[in-house]
Amino acid sequence: MELWFTENHSSSVRFSIKVDKQLYSEQSEYQRIDVFRSEEFGRLLALDGYVMITQKDEFIYHDMIVHVPMAVKKDVKNVLVIGAGDGGTIRELCRYDSIEHIDLVEIDEKVVRVCEKYFPEMTVSMNDKRVSAHFTDGLRFVRRKQGEYDLIIVDSTDPFGPGEGLFTPEFYGNCYNALTETGILVNQHESPFYENDAKAMCRAHERIKAVFPVCAVYQAHIPTYASGHWLFGFAGKTLHPIKDLDEEYWNSLGIKTRYYNTELHKGCFALPNYVKEMLENGM
Amino acid sequence: MLSQERAPIYEALKEYRAKRIVPFDVPGHKMGRGNPQLTEFLGSDCMMTDVNSSKPLDNLCHPVSVIKEAEQIAAEAFGAKNAFFIVNGTTAAVQAMALAVAKRGEKIIMPRNVHRSAINALILGGAVPVYVNPGVNKELGIPLGMTAQDVEKAIKENPDAKAVFVNNPTYYGVCSDIRKIAELAHSHGMYLLADEAHGTHFYFGEGMPVSGMSAGADFAAVSMHKSGGSLTQSSFLLTGGNVSEGYVRQIINLMQTTSGSYLLMSSLDISRRNLALNGREIFEKVKSYATYLRDEINDIGGYYAFSKELCDGGAFYDFDITKLSVHTRDIGLAGIEVYDILRDKYGIQIEFGDIGNILAYVSIGDRELYLDRLIGALNDIKRIYSKDKTGMLDHEYINPIVMLSPQEAFYGNKRSVPIEQSAGKISGEFVMCYPPGIPILAPGEKITDEILAYIKYAGEKGCFLTGTEDLEIKTIRILE
Repeated sequence: MELWFTENHSSSVRFSIKVDKQLYSEQSEYQRIDVFRSEEFGRLLALDGYVMITQKDEFIYHDMIVHVPMAVKKDVKNVLVIGAGDGGTIRELCRYDSIEHIDLVEIDEKVVRVCEKYFPEMTVSMNDKRVSAHFTDGLRFVRRKQGEYDLIIVDSTDPFGPGEGLFTPEFYGNCYNALTETGILVNQHESPFYENDAKAMCRAHERIKAVFPVCAVYQAHIPTYASGHWLFGFAGKTLHPIKDLDEEYWNSLGIKTRYYNTELHKGCFALPNYVKEMLENGM
Repeated sequence: MLSQERAPIYEALKEYRAKRIVPFDVPGHKMGRGNPQLTEFLGSDCMMTDVNSSKPLDNLCHPVSVIKEAEQIAAEAFGAKNAFFIVNGTTAAVQAMALAVAKRGEKIIMPRNVHRSAINALILGGAVPVYVNPGVNKELGIPLGMTAQDVEKAIKENPDAKAVFVNNPTYYGVCSDIRKIAELAHSHGMYLLADEAHGTHFYFGEGMPVSGMSAGADFAAVSMHKSGGSLTQSSFLLTGGNVSEGYVRQIINLMQTTSGSYLLMSSLDISRRNLALNGREIFEKVKSYATYLRDEINDIGGYYAFSKELCDGGAFYDFDITKLSVHTRDIGLAGIEVYDILRDKYGIQIEFGDIGNILAYVSIGDRELYLDRLIGALNDIKRIYSKDKTGMLDHEYINPIVMLSPQEAFYGNKRSVPIEQSAGKISGEFVMCYPPGIPILAPGEKITDEILAYIKYAGEKGCFLTGTEDLEIKTIRILE
């Protein structure tokens, strides 16, 4: 018997992972949550049928969404993380002693509970005393905040499910309001390759650009995400992602990473021409 | 007692489909097969429901079987003596009730902030309006309901009037003391007509303003397609015990189509069943959505989402708390500007914006996520767009000066003049912002400088002005 997990990367492209067991499956109030065990990727978490993380490649995503902004702004004390129920982003943030407080806002508490059980290596820091978890809608949470956060990380699902509200102009505007004078917003920015993802990517960029004075996009290679070519958004009020990078400072922290390094930091903002064009002209 | 679990039209359509009747009748698309592109777009189930009147499916113009039965069940659900299925919009229901009670030259007492369909009925039938000033909330700049005292005065001054017409509620959710007004009308031998285009839920929700039928109205025009969930253009006309069913049917048939749509009729039937069985829970949910929105929006500051705190026992007798009306002038933006920004910058379409307010329609179809999107967007609009409010026009309602009946004016000898040169003349046509479709000027009313200034301001702010023959409203038809 062969058991395969298949995700549609586009309406005519599929990506399959051979699995040997389904460990968990439930329809929560917001989405369908599944955990599988696979030979190649270890355990994998799928939400509404889309791979969110696998044990084998989650380090890439979490390194890139956390260390890039943290190497640009060294005095980050107060962080807001939206989404991130799997705990990986929190784990990476908690490696910085400078951080005093993290508000974690996840709409679906069930995701946190499932990950605690099946991905203990990712949720190690969920009980760190600096972390406060709020199980509510991110858009709802952020609109009451003003000038509070040095860094906001939007670690969301795609804009076609419960994450929809986190790709809207009102959300970006409310985030701008919630950030300090030199604050940074980093977000999961979809992929430039398949048409639907690319459209969402362009739309997000256009909306962020309308709100933030500094606005850049960087890339990483994430094998289990559609096309493997994935983007992140960096938006700031004053800080520039490369000019304000403090390599010496970051390297002095001695944080061991498997993907991120400060050389890669400089390179990851260099985008292919077709992506640059899309970001400039839309689709 | 008829069972509210039944839905006779829906059941008959299912049975009709199962029998696989061979159609040699209209519509010519024949269950969609003749129009594959439309079928692909609307779906095959939809096309197969679009069938013709026939013996098993009854006939809307002269119902004797399943439509008759569905109307009886609906009447019972609404506490009415009779219910009529209307497929030409609530406009047709409003017109039918006005035409049923007053003939040419006879009077109907009504507030001036009626929907255009009410005045249209006067053009068609030749009845004469006796306008009662609706109260105006100066702060919000909106017209309210009628006070019972003002109605009583109008009744005493016009003892020959045939009926009193009440908005229950207004577009903004404001109710008059309809119970008292019904008593006054009846004690003077007049009918009470309730325009309940925005009041379907009064019949099913808890803690709602009183519904027309339970207040003793003789007629109520109920837009099922607004809060009731049926398809656009479907509606009910309800009547009470003193009204002749057959006569009302004749009046409806003067103007209603003889090819009643089964899509619309089945949507009325199924929606009535849903409201009768689940309406209480449905509207509890809608109330909680609207209350959440109101609290959060008021919390932003600068906006005022008003509610029952404005009830004064008079022109603001009661308020429909499912309505989300928000006053925006204090952030320096006209409602219509907020309405446009919401759509253009945030991808949010609300019901309407006028000079000082917006109205977002809240219903069972809403999702919690979307409530937060609306609040988040209003928050962001205030941050980005708010400005000084000086110089903003603050009123929504201008007392009309009626010179001629709407019918005389509409059919009178007219000529076109540039609108800015029309002050002092008598208008031969309507001018209104749509939505909400409440006339600024109606046929037979005197054009004043104040009205012209208002029209100009509304146009500049981006209101969609309609009603005149000249689609650009550069000229207006005035009476010779």
